[in-house]
Amino acid sequence: MQDEPTPEELIKAVADFLRNDIAPQISGHHAFKLRVSINALDLVGRQLKLEQGSNAAEVARLSQILGVQGTLRDLNRTLAERIANGEIDLQTPEVAEHLWQTTMDKLAVDQPNYASYRRELEGEA
Amino acid sequence: MEALLGRCVASWYPGATGVTSPIRLSGGASQETWSFDIVHPGGKLGAILRRAPQGYGAAPARAAGLNAEATLMQRAYGAGVPSPRVLHVLQPNDELGTGFIMERVEGETIPRKILRDEHFAQVRPKLARQLGKVLAGIHGLESLGLPELRRMTPAREIDELERDYRSFDWPRPVFELALRWLRDRDPGPSAQETLVHGDFRHGNLIIGPDGVRAVLDWELAHFGDPMEDLGWVCVNSWRFGEIDKPVGGFGSREELFAGYEAAGHHVDPERVTFWEVMGTLRWGVMCCGMMQRFRTGPEHSVERAMIGRRSSETEIDLLRLLSPRTDTRANVRD
Repeated sequence: MQDEPTPEELIKAVADFLRNDIAPQISGHHAFKLRVSINALDLVGRQLKLEQGSNAAEVARLSQILGVQGTLRDLNRTLAERIANGEIDLQTPEVAEHLWQTTMDKLAVDQPNYASYRRELEGEA
Repeated sequence: MEALLGRCVASWYPGATGVTSPIRLSGGASQETWSFDIVHPGGKLGAILRRAPQGYGAAPARAAGLNAEATLMQRAYGAGVPSPRVLHVLQPNDELGTGFIMERVEGETIPRKILRDEHFAQVRPKLARQLGKVLAGIHGLESLGLPELRRMTPAREIDELERDYRSFDWPRPVFELALRWLRDRDPGPSAQETLVHGDFRHGNLIIGPDGVRAVLDWELAHFGDPMEDLGWVCVNSWRFGEIDKPVGGFGSREELFAGYEAAGHHVDPERVTFWEVMGTLRWGVMCCGMMQRFRTGPEHSVERAMIGRRSSETEIDLLRLLSPRTDTRANVRD
C-alpha cells in the first residue's frame, strides 16, 4: 500500500499552486499553455476520483448487453464489432441507455463544462 | 527570414525596400504562417506568408497544396467572395519553400470574441445569412480553370473516416454507431458537383463589425456535394457553447439557407443534416488524430494531448443527433 497523500491530493495541490501563484505572473503564449496544463491536471484529478466507479458500472452493463465477461477494453471492442457488423443497434435493449451513460461518464471527466453535457445534465435533473 | 522576405518582396512589389520583423503566427512542422509589413515609399502594407519550408515538400494526402490554395483564393477574390488578395506565389529563387504571400486582412477569428464581444453585437444576427451568401459564391465558382482537386462523395468520405478511426485501434462504440448511421443513409453522389471549401467554420473566417471579411485556409478544398460545407458549419463543435444557434453559435439554419437560396442556389436540408453528422464524427476522428500525433510525433505538446480528450464531446453530440433523449432533444430533429 502506498502512503498518503493520495495522487488526487497531490495533483490538486500542484494545480492550485500553478493556478493561484504562477498563472498571474505569466503572459502570452506561455499563459495559454499553462492554462491548458492546469486543465490537464484538473482532468487527471477528476479521472482519479470518478474512473473506478464508472468503469465498474460500465463493465457490468457491457457484460449484461453482450452476454460475455472480459476486461473493459475487450468488452468495448466486442460492442464496437457487433455494432459495426449490424448485430447490435440502438433498438437492442439497453444499448442506447448504455451509450448515453458511458458518454456522460466520459464528459464528467473530460469536459464537465461542455454545453451539450450541461444541457443533458439539466434534462436528467 | 527578414532578409529572405525583403529580397523576395523587392523583386515584385513596386518600390519595396524591405519588410519589418516577421512574426511566426501558427502552424505545425510542415506548414507555417508569418505576419509582416512590406515597407515601400508610400508607407507599409500588412502581409501574410503561408508556406511549407524547404524539405517539407510532401503535404498530407488530403491537402490541396499551397499552389492550389493560392489559385483558389485568387479565383474567389475575383468572383467577389471575401478573400485576401494574393500578392505573390513563391518561386524557387525566392528560397522560401512553397507557398504564397497575401494581403493581411484585419479582423477577428477567435470564436469567443466574435460570439461575446460588444464590438460584434450588431453584426452577429446577420452573420448566418451572410455565410449562406458566401458559400453560394464559393459553390458558384466556374470549375473551368480551377486547380486539380480531389473528387469526394459521401461514400468516399465515410471510407476515409472509417480507415482513420480503425488505424487508432481504440474501440469507440459511438463512432461505430455513427459510421453505421452514415452508411445506412448515404444519399449517394450529389447530382450537382461543385467546389467545396472543406473547412468553412470559425477560425477560418475573418470577421469584423461589418461582417465576413475573408475566407481562409483552402487546404481541404475539393469537388463534391456543396451541402457538405453547409453541414460542417453547423457542427456543434463550432458553436462554442451557444448550442441553440447551430450556425457558428450566432445564427439559425433557416438564416443560413435563406442567404444561400437568395444567391440563387438550392438547399437540400436532408443532405445538410447528413453532412452535419459526418462532420461531427469527422471532428471526433480528427481529435483522436491529434492524440496520435501527440503520442508518436515530434509535436509532443499538452495542447495536442488535451484535444484528444475532446473527442468525447463529439460522442455526446452524435448521441444527441442519432439517439436524442426525449426531454433534451438536439435541434436537428426538431
